[in-house]
Amino acid sequence: MNSVAVIDYGMGNLHSITKALQHVAPNTNIRVTSKKNQILQSDRVVFPGVGAIRDCVNALRQSGLDEVILKTVHSGKPLLGICLGMQALLTYSEENNGTKCLDLIPGEVIHFPLSLEMENGNRLKIPHMGWNQVEQRFNHPLWNKIAAKSRFYFVHSYFARPDDESVIAGTTDYPNTFCCALAWKNIFAVQFHPEKSHVAGLQLLQNFLQWDGSF
Amino acid sequence: MGLATRIIPCLDVDDGRVVKGVQFVDIRDAGDPVEVARRYDSEGADEITFLDITATHHDRDTIIHVVEEVASEVFIPLTVGGGIRTVDDIRRMLNAGADKVGINSAAVANPEFVKEAAERFGSQCIVVAIDAKQVSRPGEAQRWEIFTHGGRKATGIDAIAWAKKMVDFGAGEILLTSMDRDGTKKGFDLHLTRAISEAVVVPVIASGGVGNLEHLTEGVIEGKADAVLAASIFHFAEYSIQQAKQYMADRGIEVRFI
Repeated sequence: MNSVAVIDYGMGNLHSITKALQHVAPNTNIRVTSKKNQILQSDRVVFPGVGAIRDCVNALRQSGLDEVILKTVHSGKPLLGICLGMQALLTYSEENNGTKCLDLIPGEVIHFPLSLEMENGNRLKIPHMGWNQVEQRFNHPLWNKIAAKSRFYFVHSYFARPDDESVIAGTTDYPNTFCCALAWKNIFAVQFHPEKSHVAGLQLLQNFLQWDGSF
Repeated sequence: MGLATRIIPCLDVDDGRVVKGVQFVDIRDAGDPVEVARRYDSEGADEITFLDITATHHDRDTIIHVVEEVASEVFIPLTVGGGIRTVDDIRRMLNAGADKVGINSAAVANPEFVKEAAERFGSQCIVVAIDAKQVSRPGEAQRWEIFTHGGRKATGIDAIAWAKKMVDFGAGEILLTSMDRDGTKKGFDLHLTRAISEAVVVPVIASGGVGNLEHLTEGVIEGKADAVLAASIFHFAEYSIQQAKQYMADRGIEVRFI
């Protein structure tokens, strides 16, 4: 049976992602787990995360789950990073006075510029919270059946800036254009929350569950 | 293209039913919360807020079941407020499927609670709800203070200073209700909304007083709200969420259509 591990490393609420996965794939074995073997034996791995990056990376290192993520990536199995789970894949984040991350995708994570205005002239609010449009930069199995410029739900103050722009699978404007989706080999990672993004988000999760890790 | 202004229907839930007081007295039954939430989701609500107004403590489990049921079939952000006083209350709501919690009186009683909650669960899920009332007299510079107990108890705390403090303490969003306007259908207190929205960096949800679609639009354009919350105009099917979005879009406000 198709199995998915949702990595539980003590950071935040995993109910939403689990419920959304169960909704799109009621016959899939979905495990919310911190057990290394369970994660490594699953067909697919979801790496979620909310909160502060330093707590996230520390929790991964202390539990040894950072190694499990590296092994999963090297095994070729599909890995979906969500929100902090996307940011943690890069080399370094500005958050918490500078935090070394997992360095799977070279690049950094930076804060939205302060004192900018939005298109309507209002002060730029941080966190970037709400429904924003996603521009798909290239075809990818995870964008299957998702309309161009669909809106997804975001809530974040930092965003990823990968060194190699060819890994940027999606962008969003706030007000400057930033990378909201990364695709590199068997990794797909998104800044938005597909589990809270209505039909487009559920479609993306459905696509992930059917993805073999190549594109 | 850019970030959409959110429209958030609010369900006041009393003992498992959606209710709405009109001008504080006449409580009208507006249905089963799960059905109402399902309808709003299909009409394109951007988030849904549940405000638990159940008076007695032992009935609090009812709201948990409502959230669980809604969260298993509605995939948009859900906020629960009302009676959130401890870290354990927050955990229970998040475990039931809520994405954010609204903290009101507990923040006034103990501001450190907001800090603790934000550190524990992340600012993204901590909404501080502020009930404000104008206290300046005509002719004076406008000033608002925060009130608790449904607008009956004055605290002497300036609303703008309080909003800033709550953001410093880790609030990821402010839900601002004008107690002068709540339930009146006369529109938001636009000066209050704008003053708070301009004072803080986090998003501000305007609440209290919506009676028609123009009120929603004013809240965004003049009040500079990042999101607008309304209850009765949607509950009694005066307007659908879709109609509200179309009205706002026609006036140049970016909204999300489904």
